[in-house]
Formats: sequence, C-alpha cells, structure tokens
Amino acid sequence: MRHVLHAGSGTGRSLASLIIASLRHAMLVLAGLCLTAGLALGTAAAHEFKAGTLTIGHPWTRATPPSAKVGGGFMSITNNGTSPDRLVAVECEAAGVAEIHHMATENGVMKMQAVPGGLEIAPGATVKLAPGGYHVMFMELKQPFTQGSSIKGTLVFEKAGRVPVSFKVEAIASKAPDAHHDHGGKMHGGKTQ
Amino acid sequence: MNALSLIRYTAWAAVAALAIMAGYVMLAPRGGGSGLSTASIGGPFVLASTTGTPLDSATLKGKPYALFFGFTQCPDVCPTTMFEMSQNMKTLDADPALAAKAKAFKVYFITVDPERDDASLLKDYLSAFDPRIIGLIPKDGPELQRIAKEFHVFYEKVKTPSGYTMNHTASVFLFDGAGNWVGSLDSQESDETRVAKLRRLLERAS
Repeated sequence: MRHVLHAGSGTGRSLASLIIASLRHAMLVLAGLCLTAGLALGTAAAHEFKAGTLTIGHPWTRATPPSAKVGGGFMSITNNGTSPDRLVAVECEAAGVAEIHHMATENGVMKMQAVPGGLEIAPGATVKLAPGGYHVMFMELKQPFTQGSSIKGTLVFEKAGRVPVSFKVEAIASKAPDAHHDHGGKMHGGKTQ
Repeated sequence: MNALSLIRYTAWAAVAALAIMAGYVMLAPRGGGSGLSTASIGGPFVLASTTGTPLDSATLKGKPYALFFGFTQCPDVCPTTMFEMSQNMKTLDADPALAAKAKAFKVYFITVDPERDDASLLKDYLSAFDPRIIGLIPKDGPELQRIAKEFHVFYEKVKTPSGYTMNHTASVFLFDGAGNWVGSLDSQESDETRVAKLRRLLERAS
C-alpha cells in the first residue's frame, strides 16, 4: 500500500510500470515467504532453538482430549556456557496459563507440584523436561492441541531472556518425541468426537 | 571317639528338630486365612455416570471391570493411561477367543475432581478414548471421600500459583466377576504386561 502511494504521487511512472513494480515486490515477498517456510521445514526434523549459550532441543507436547484444559510441554535445555541460567517462566498464547511443574509417581500415587523459582540450567548441564518429571504445565487451553500442529510459546530465562520456540504436537500418549509414529493411531485429541 | 559320636548324634537330633519345626510352620493352618484379603478393596456404590444414568455396582455382578481414579486437568498420567487402556482393549478385541468377553469389559474413570469435572465435560473428554471407558462422578465431599477410602485411593488438592492440581493414586484396579479385586495395572508397566493381566482377568470370567 505504501509502495503504491509513493510511486503514484512522486515519480509519475506509467500505470503499467507501477503494476510491474508491485508485482515484482509481491513476488519478492512471496519468494521470501517460501524460503522461510522451506527453512522452517528443513529444520523441522532437528527442531532446536538457540539463545546465547543455551540450546533448546525439540520442544513438544501431546494432543489433548476434547474438553481437556491442560497439557504438558517437554524439551531439553543445554547450557553450553560457563555460568548458570534459569528458566523462570513460560508464556503461551494457546493456554491461559503456563507454569513449570514437576511430577513423580511414588507408591502408585501421582504427585505434581509447581517448581517455585523455576529450573536452574547449570553450566555444561542438560535439563530434561519429559513425561514423568519436569514439564511445562499448559493450563486453561483455549482449544485442544491437535496432533501434527505446533504450539507457539516463549521461554523466559533469567540471563538468555525471552526465547520464542514452538512445541510440536505429538500423539495423545506419546512417550517421547517422534517415537512410535503410528502409536497415536487415529485417536487425535480434538478430532475424534 | 565317644565324644565324636555324641557330637554326631546331637547334630542329627538338631536337624530332626529343625525339620519337624519347618514342617509345622509350612503345614500348620494359618490364623490369618489366605494372607491377602482381596475383599478388602472396594465396596458397593451408586455414582452419577457419563451414560446419563447412575451406575449401581450391583449391576456389575458377573462381569470383570477396571477402575481408575483421575481427573481431566491431568497433563500426563490420566490421558496416557486411558489411551493405553484403549489400545490394550483393541489388542484383546483382536483375539477371537476373548473378543466377546472384551466387548463386555468396562473401564470406569472416577473423577477425584468433581468440583471441575461434571458429567458433560467428562463425557466429552472420554470421547477421545475407547467407548467402553465410562466416567463416574462422585459428589464432592463425603461421597468422594467414602469411595476413595473403600478403594484405598489417595487423593489431595495441591495449590499451584494459578489454581490447583490433584495428586492421586494412578493405578488401574482390576475386579473379577465376583467383585473381588484381583490386581492392578501400573502406569510404568509395558503394554505386554498390561495386556497379559487383562487377558488373564477375561479368561477367568465365565
């Protein structure tokens, strides 16, 4: 829009050249979009994010049953630096609230609690958020997570700051990312009614 | 020589005495009955259900069933257990010798969070799983307390920065056709182990 106004008011170029210029602009934008999409697809397999000395490996979550208000987010965080950092918060638009929780099963009892102060990532260490342990607790989901989609989120670190990531939505009972690709069957949360 | 014989006889006498004692311990009737009293888990109940009509446990006579205590705002154990249970039931369906019994087999998901899980929400939630999984909703307070106590289930509300979550027993209890507790499925067991236990439960059913 700005382009058209500028061209029309100032340079006095012919309508044809104006259209060609606009088309060229549009195609450039389109090419850029394709390139970005291609890059995104190309990195999907590795699916990792870097922020300073931190590497965030494969954030993922599970498809949720209909009406489920919660989901768990998992990933690994490696600190390649020399000073500790701390995951202090997680933000996610698809969920009203996201907290850092820990769960454990002791004597057949599932126990869950919030992790006050967040998770420290010591220098040289990898902290795993995985089923049965630390996880991002997505709450007040606005809609079910569907298998195959991605959930945008932001990890907030004490030092590395805000790191945008995306959580790949795996099968409803997936134990690990990309494990048992057929395990989810047709039972995608939110799709089976 | 005499001293040696004496030692030998004493030793044999001790062995004999031990054998008699061992025999007594092994063969004597026990005061406590058969050890594990299976009847001590569970009890009669009538609870609101996701089928629209309350479930009376008296109607379960003759049919093996499974019970699980959970809640819908559970990020890991509950959906995973229900999904695995659905898969395990499909495995049993595929066995021609058990298909008919598997078809009649029911799994009851009793919410420990009736404050948030009402019948329609629980029904919608369970629609992601096998239709043989039915939700039961005890009334918050004494009714929930009573059923949890009868099934030896632990649950408690845990505050989180934005609200609360529930700690709860995450085993699946298996009951035979006589209503006796015969075992549990654990969330950390393999599919093979769970299927084997369910298979045995169904095989024993008449």
